[in-house]
Amino acid sequence: MKKNNLTYLESVHRDGKIWGIALCLIIFAFPVAISIVFGAVPEWEALAKGMFATVPMYWAVGIVEIFTYIPMLGAGGTYLSFVTGNISNLKLPCAVDAMERAGVKANDEEGEIISTISIAVSSIVTTIIILIGVVLIGVIAPVINHPVLTPAFDMILPALFGGLAVVFIAKNPKLSIAPIILMLILFIFVPALNAGTVGIMVPVGVLFTVAVARIMYKRGML
Amino acid sequence: MEFSVNHPIIFIMVGLIILTVLGQSVYFLVRALKRAKELGIKKEVINKTIGSSAVFTIAPAVSILVGVIALSKSLGIALPWLRLSIIGSITYETVAANNALTALGIPAGTQITDPDVFITVLWVMTVGIAAGLILVPFLTKKVQSGISKIGMKDKKWGEIFNNAMFLGMISAFLGYVFCDVTLVFKGDFSGLIPVFVMAVSAIAMAICGGLSTKFKIRWLTDYALPISLISGMASAIPLTNWLG
Repeated sequence: MKKNNLTYLESVHRDGKIWGIALCLIIFAFPVAISIVFGAVPEWEALAKGMFATVPMYWAVGIVEIFTYIPMLGAGGTYLSFVTGNISNLKLPCAVDAMERAGVKANDEEGEIISTISIAVSSIVTTIIILIGVVLIGVIAPVINHPVLTPAFDMILPALFGGLAVVFIAKNPKLSIAPIILMLILFIFVPALNAGTVGIMVPVGVLFTVAVARIMYKRGML
Repeated sequence: MEFSVNHPIIFIMVGLIILTVLGQSVYFLVRALKRAKELGIKKEVINKTIGSSAVFTIAPAVSILVGVIALSKSLGIALPWLRLSIIGSITYETVAANNALTALGIPAGTQITDPDVFITVLWVMTVGIAAGLILVPFLTKKVQSGISKIGMKDKKWGEIFNNAMFLGMISAFLGYVFCDVTLVFKGDFSGLIPVFVMAVSAIAMAICGGLSTKFKIRWLTDYALPISLISGMASAIPLTNWLG
């Protein structure tokens, strides 16, 4: 059994690596192909400015995200999520909920499988919905851009995390107190923290909560 | 070749890339389903995972579509279709595109006609978020084997560690929900909208949990997250009219 387990996980890593490198090359080949087909050359000064405004922040966040999300997503889930994107607002909550309902943990093999299935299904459904939307853009755009519906889409994150919070706080009431208080204080009193910077605070929340959990566990409080 | 943001060639290239990425999802899905069978995970559990993940995805996917439409004003349809079907998130892609357009001195919402401008924006969007794409194939195995050692050494701590990670992530988003509440002191009540939306979603989740336990309605547990998500989103409409 143990040998089989090892084989599955190792093969996920092997295939994940091959797919990941191949897709990375394809994604980078796209701008190159556009340049060749249309004879386009980047405007170097604007490119440098645009890169400078984007790369340092998002690479820093990206690197921290890798270490934060891998333990939560599992191997298969990680290889899929970092290519298909929309991790914190879709893939991660989807996988977390699926693992919770199935009663499995991210760091055992059942969790690995449930997380992979959940994220793969979510990616496929997302691709199909966006495809339908793009094909029918003339019909769909006026409906989903209708001013009446705009607030609903603006509030997707509070609506998503309200439900998820109930499940996890109910499960770990003692452990929830410290991180929630910390985050409330930070977000209410630090003006720079908002929708654009919440991604940076996820790893902070995770590291802080794991540290608090470790202390409480060592003292026999959990 | 004469350039247009909606040139058929761009659509074909984008379509092929999305298809390949879809192939990766299908490949891993099939592998995981096979392994689930070998391990004897109940079919019921697998079907529920598939069903609830698919249903849950609908609302966030439609909100991603809203992002595609918003970006299509300046970038055409093909590029936002690619960028939001794969890799980035709405928040990132919008910021990256705007950073590039600002550097080029082009106001947001103006359709790009110059291929040099298009390629500049495309490179910024591609490289800006490439950290995960480049590093994940090389780091995942190392990070994951480190983590699974924690679970093996001490099972109870492994479980607490797992819950602590999820709680840490959730607490960051809970904090974010409250980021504009102090506006109330300036007479602006719009900062309370996300707080109330979150409360509605939380109450919907608690009701689903309560009902499914009391009346033993199993499907309610499986679809509790999409139900609470939709309830919260729907409540945002009257709440915004009231407080916005």
